[in-house]
Amino acid sequence: MRVALLVTHIRAEEKLIIEAFNNRDISPDIILDRELNFEISSGPGQPAPSGSAWREYDMVFERCVSTSRGMYALAILNSWGIRTFNTYETAAICGDKLRTSIALTRHGIPQPHTRVAFTPDSAMQAIEDVEYPAVLKPVTGSWGRLLARVHNRDSAEAILEHRQTLGDYNHHIYYVQEYVDKPGRDIRAFVVGDRTIAAIYRESNHWITNTARGGLATNCPVTQNLDDICVRAARAVGGGILAIDLLEDAGGNYVVNEINHTMEFRNSSQPTGVNIAQAVIDYVIEQARVTA
Amino acid sequence: MTNQTPPCPECDAEVEIPADAMENELVACPDCGVELEIMSLDPVGLELAPEIEEDWGE
Ligand SMILES: Nc1ncnc2c1ncn2[C@@H]1O[C@H](COP(=O)(O)OP(=O)(O)OP(=O)(O)O)[C@@H](O)[C@H]1O
Ligand SMILES: [Zn+2]
Repeated sequence: MRVALLVTHIRAEEKLIIEAFNNRDISPDIILDRELNFEISSGPGQPAPSGSAWREYDMVFERCVSTSRGMYALAILNSWGIRTFNTYETAAICGDKLRTSIALTRHGIPQPHTRVAFTPDSAMQAIEDVEYPAVLKPVTGSWGRLLARVHNRDSAEAILEHRQTLGDYNHHIYYVQEYVDKPGRDIRAFVVGDRTIAAIYRESNHWITNTARGGLATNCPVTQNLDDICVRAARAVGGGILAIDLLEDAGGNYVVNEINHTMEFRNSSQPTGVNIAQAVIDYVIEQARVTA
Repeated sequence: MTNQTPPCPECDAEVEIPADAMENELVACPDCGVELEIMSLDPVGLELAPEIEEDWGE
């Protein structure tokens, strides 16, 4: 089986993925997104930076830390009929919090009350509608960047004014959420195909509990209930290899916060005792075989 | 890897290259913490890793 691993650079996760492929006697060609130069209309016969034609690959596994490079590469490869993990469709939905919210809604999956508005004035109204404290997020972006919790009208005005001065139009899409009064932690669950293979709690004294922000990871047992909502959420965005981030509300119910399509997992195998990279790679190999 | 490893381009500290290092792998400078990219292995070449961009993440 010929596999291309598309990366921005090699991090701990990519090393684990390469090792997991090697364990199955597959040695992926590593392709750097900085070297991509596609001719859009001449199809998969053209050479990849590795020298092989794209069509020779049974799959392209996308692990770019650059979300936009990864997404457009998937768009092109899928348009040529090349199997990728994840698919462009899934990446495009997960890369956009608003599109994720729409997909979750369509599939009846619980999520925080969310509004969207396009100007500071209407965003102020949206914040007052969800009530304080409210959470303001960029629709694209990760690692908790530019997330804000607003407690009153004064701080809302200051933050909206600041966002409006940021040049990028992305920051003028005001995605406003109710603050979920969670118990000092969130949950990250790893879904591979139709199965939740592991989950962690991420605990922190800060309201942003991401491990990217230094949250502590401990094992979270995968109950039937948790598996059910995670698998449904994964299907809602097109399925694949996904990290579902959930919050527990004041009543102890799960709400899906967001879904990541190029997940980080280096700190999650140790607390859960699950070899996440191997589970992922065994799944993609099997998928490539059954539909070959 | 017995080669002489070049120092951190930012602070001159000695950077340890893991035995299983790969090309294009990121390593952190133990002294200044800057992220470095291993550009080549034989001999080892280090460069500052590219700055994080706004769309980077999961
Ligand atoms: N509506 C909310 N109510 C309470 N806490 C929230 C809410 N939204 C986000 N958080 C907290 O902030 C953290 C980061 O939020 P979110 O995942 O939306 O940001 P992100 O930048 O996409 O992060 P990443 O993609 O790295 O997971 C969550 O893990 C959670 O702890
Ligand atoms: Zn240094």
